[in-house]
Amino acid sequence: MRLIIEAKDLVHEYYTEDEEGKVESKVRALDGLSVKVDEGEFLVILGHNGSGKSTFAKHLNGILIAKEGVLVVDRLDMAKGENVWKVRENVGMVFQNPDNQIVATIVEEDVAFGVENLGVPADEIRKRVDGALDTVGMSEFKRMSPNQLSGGQKQRIAIAGIIAMQPKCIIFDESTAMLDPIGRRQVMDTMTMLNKEFGITIIHITHYMEEAILADRIIVMDKGKVYLEGTPREVFKNVEDIRAIGLDVPDATYLVYLLNKRGLRIDPSILTTEEAVQALLKLR
Amino acid sequence: MLRDITIGQYYPVKSCIHSLDPRTKIILVFMYIVAIFLIDTFVGYGVIVGVLAVVIKLSKVPLKFILKGLKSIVFILAFTMALNMFLVNGETVIFRFWIFTLSVEGIILAVKMGIRLILLIVGSSLLTLTTSPIRLTDGIESLLNPLKVIKVPAHEIAMMMSIALRFIPILLEETDKIMKAQTARGADFETGSIVKRAKAMVPILIPLFVSAFMRAEDLAMAMEARCYRGGEGRTKLNNLKFHQADFIALALGVIFIGLCVYT
Repeated sequence: MRLIIEAKDLVHEYYTEDEEGKVESKVRALDGLSVKVDEGEFLVILGHNGSGKSTFAKHLNGILIAKEGVLVVDRLDMAKGENVWKVRENVGMVFQNPDNQIVATIVEEDVAFGVENLGVPADEIRKRVDGALDTVGMSEFKRMSPNQLSGGQKQRIAIAGIIAMQPKCIIFDESTAMLDPIGRRQVMDTMTMLNKEFGITIIHITHYMEEAILADRIIVMDKGKVYLEGTPREVFKNVEDIRAIGLDVPDATYLVYLLNKRGLRIDPSILTTEEAVQALLKLR
Repeated sequence: MLRDITIGQYYPVKSCIHSLDPRTKIILVFMYIVAIFLIDTFVGYGVIVGVLAVVIKLSKVPLKFILKGLKSIVFILAFTMALNMFLVNGETVIFRFWIFTLSVEGIILAVKMGIRLILLIVGSSLLTLTTSPIRLTDGIESLLNPLKVIKVPAHEIAMMMSIALRFIPILLEETDKIMKAQTARGADFETGSIVKRAKAMVPILIPLFVSAFMRAEDLAMAMEARCYRGGEGRTKLNNLKFHQADFIALALGVIFIGLCVYT
């Protein structure tokens, strides 16, 4: 399969400067991070605050440029300034706060914003906007003001705005963090649908474990490096390692882990409550 | 409570005035304003009022709604009229007191001034009542476009206006939230002298500014991530188009206003 993202030994540092412009302190947000992402993959990046996961996301469409290391996105080297805009056409990004990424006062105008920036002719924009709104199931709201929508709906509008640009890859930078459970469900459903039906590469950054279960692959980040990597089953098996860096594993996985510690023998790669119930019934 | 404020008091009904191109309406309002100040006869005002009445009828906006806008200028209106009445030196003096003179000419001038102001407000509020903020910004952008030659940032002005329109309700909501948070911690915004109340607003303004700047940063990042590079090479979803009705309206407007000014 073709690689869409290849990062090798990325380093990024944040500086805080004092009043005279001297560097007061340095934080190494990315510390030699190497990640490969296949086209069409559904990747979840986990990590607690300050693990560098959002910093990495911002490198992927050129909002930040790495200090050291190589980052190739869609066969383009991100270190070259002229490639940044080409990459942004193919790699969309949905941010955390739904309010702060909606530009226009009418839903369809906002969905059109990105496509308008690409210089697409008017009738083609109309087609794409209607298609994108239909894909996320928000067609009936197209003449409304974003202020009348719920958080989950606003986030779906933001997603529609990205889909209309027809990208190969969409990055969700903690896009579910500010939503209620219903909104999160809606956004997750949209995400999986885009991945399965349209073959769009999804990179979802989150700290909700139940969302990570849906992924093809999980990368756990800590201190700017890859800490664990693999399918959800492979990753969550390492209960102790994950808890050591202050993250949790899904509840069912943790229950099985505790039972196994007490001497039971259950498959430790269980992820959902349903699986745990089945495994426990088998023990009788 | 703060959320009730409507910006650009748009009155959403369907009418032939609503469906006119915003540029047509902006141009007509401009000509109308110039005409009001050129016309100097009561007959002229009469004609203007008549035309205005027809336009209001066509726009389907209730008269009450339009006249509500006059409430806010009652003070200015009274003040200007009084100034005109007492400070203009006319020939047929009715009485004189210190620097104040009341003359027939003064009264006539004051009445004319009052009529002008009222016509000005009613006419221009018709523009915002019948045009949605988005179409209004589009219209302004398109009209300012030729001025790009002399470096007027037409696209940027329109973008700023539409972002402001988008964020005003959000910031109002935020103000409400901050006020509630401060009230919960014992802040008092309702009692005390004006100075004291103004001082009480400081703890609201600071967090509001901080959050506005953070929002601005987020929004800038989101816009760049969606390939925003300024107005250059941008296309639009809804392009403004002049229809037959627009040409008719423009022609009628020019004729009427021309006649009014001429007489």
